[in-house]
Amino acid sequence: MKDKLNARNLVSALLVAGLLLLPLYSQASGNVFVLTLFTRIVILALAAASLNLIMGYGGMMSFGHAAYLGIGGYAVGILAQEGFGSGFLQFPVALAASAIYALVIGALSLRTRGVYFIMITLAFAQMAYYVASGLARYGGDDGLTVYKRSDFGGLINLSNRTQFYYLCLACLLGVVFLIWRIVNSRFGMVVQGLRSNEQRMQAIGFPAKRYKLMCFVISGTLCGLAGALLANNTDFVSPAVMYWTRSGDLMVMVILGGMGVLFGPVVGAVAYLLLEELLSQVTEYWALIMGPLLLLVVLFARGGIMGLLGRLNRG
Amino acid sequence: MLLVVEQFLNGLQFGLLLFLLAAGLTLVFGIMDLVNLAHGSLYMMGAYFAATFVAWTSNFLLGAMLALGATLLLGIVLEFTTLRHLYGRDHLDHVLATFGLILFFNEAVRLIWGPAGLALPLPAWLTVPVAILPGIYYPAYRLAIIVVALAVALLLYLGVMRTRVGMLIRAGASNREMIGALGINIKLLYTLVFGLGAALAGLAGLMQAPILTVQIGMGENILILAFVIIVIGGIGSIRGAFLAAIFVGIIDTMGRAFLPNLLRQMLSSAAASTAAPALSSMLIYLVMAIVLVVRPEGLFPANRR
Repeated sequence: MKDKLNARNLVSALLVAGLLLLPLYSQASGNVFVLTLFTRIVILALAAASLNLIMGYGGMMSFGHAAYLGIGGYAVGILAQEGFGSGFLQFPVALAASAIYALVIGALSLRTRGVYFIMITLAFAQMAYYVASGLARYGGDDGLTVYKRSDFGGLINLSNRTQFYYLCLACLLGVVFLIWRIVNSRFGMVVQGLRSNEQRMQAIGFPAKRYKLMCFVISGTLCGLAGALLANNTDFVSPAVMYWTRSGDLMVMVILGGMGVLFGPVVGAVAYLLLEELLSQVTEYWALIMGPLLLLVVLFARGGIMGLLGRLNRG
Repeated sequence: MLLVVEQFLNGLQFGLLLFLLAAGLTLVFGIMDLVNLAHGSLYMMGAYFAATFVAWTSNFLLGAMLALGATLLLGIVLEFTTLRHLYGRDHLDHVLATFGLILFFNEAVRLIWGPAGLALPLPAWLTVPVAILPGIYYPAYRLAIIVVALAVALLLYLGVMRTRVGMLIRAGASNREMIGALGINIKLLYTLVFGLGAALAGLAGLMQAPILTVQIGMGENILILAFVIIVIGGIGSIRGAFLAAIFVGIIDTMGRAFLPNLLRQMLSSAAASTAAPALSSMLIYLVMAIVLVVRPEGLFPANRR
């Protein structure tokens, strides 16, 4: 599939350009709020993009992706609490912890498929939530305040709003690029083949489970990165970041944007979180509108926003 | 000894409540192939209806009956207006759509009943302790839950295994197209099954309400336990749901009650008090993981072909 000037690519390009130029707008207009809002959006878009790798390309419907947000966040928070402030330590630990968790959970969950898989990943994430609530030393239910953001020496200052925003954006674009490379590699082709027809792929001789597990671990690790960034963004980490509704939010972002489309989750995250922000300014009861809206998207807008754009292009 | 018996009964009671919830979930999944996350919302609505109707009628039993009817009606309306359009769609679509319904229900409850929880007081005749064995007393209300839930389980079993409608339900579970081709009004059957599931969830909610407070989101944690039960028991199997529910209820309750003491004997008290809460809430998930390793299809899978 050669790159073409179609509606999808146009929207993706405009979105990236907009995200790159946002701090300039924020500085010019003096609107600091928009920058903090979009920092959060970019981080959650990163998490959604990682979920898209297993959901959209691998066909693994994980309903427990928020667990990695918590694990990445707690890695940063706990290390900071214990006096290890260096980001060069915190971030690798966050990624490694997420990878190990994904390896264990994936090895168990991938024994099942379909609805079982959805329920199992959900249940394990909820287990992680309860474990975090039980960490009395690290705040338990109340969560853990991160008094000092990750320290990257003189390289980058995370307490500077603009620098932190660009770090998050760079991570997002880097992850999207990485996913693009993965999807188009031999490994990615095998994973997509497994999504279409696992039996056939196995008959050809591919070890299905190993490929899927690898994909699951990569996705979890990338989401752990989002977790580490999120803890730095809010200066706080609590069990609530792994609550199952957060996993649902991530799923909604992926579907709303367009599953299995490279920039789908980014578009979805921006659309979902902006809508949430707008609705909550109109009424306190924003979920009363958001809920039925999701229902309508499921019923009438298959393939999400990117799907609609794709149809637009075909005429 | 006294404590062990009491905790065992608490576990049994909790397990039976979980069964009521899991039975509806597994029926709806087994027959309509629908993953309904909003099942927990029906549980919550049952509790809120009960709290409201009992306050109106100032009669516990009458209020409970009205609440049960209201949940049944709500389930039928829900099936008729939205869920019906989801049959035959991808499971992911079900998850998303019903996730949207949860958002809607939680917010609607906040709008109607306010963010603070409600209390559902028990009538005096249900608060007295009853002697179950010489010298061992147990709260009458919890005993009543056990009796009611067991009766419902028995009725459900007889209804599904011994009546004509039950036969159709079983036939629908094993081959949906064929039963439609045989001239059965499959749409009506689906609505009926969904309403039944909703009523079971509502019954669980209203019976649990006097023990816990009635609050927003109360259905979500227990829904995940119901998922664990379905995974352990095997999807679509009522017998599996029953056994797994009692198993999970007892393990969870006994674990929370006795694990801290057990750990304190093995570890230092500081380490034990840190590890115990986390470990006891992990217990059933560990059980689930073990079941998955040994029997990925669950212990009692329904459709053995």
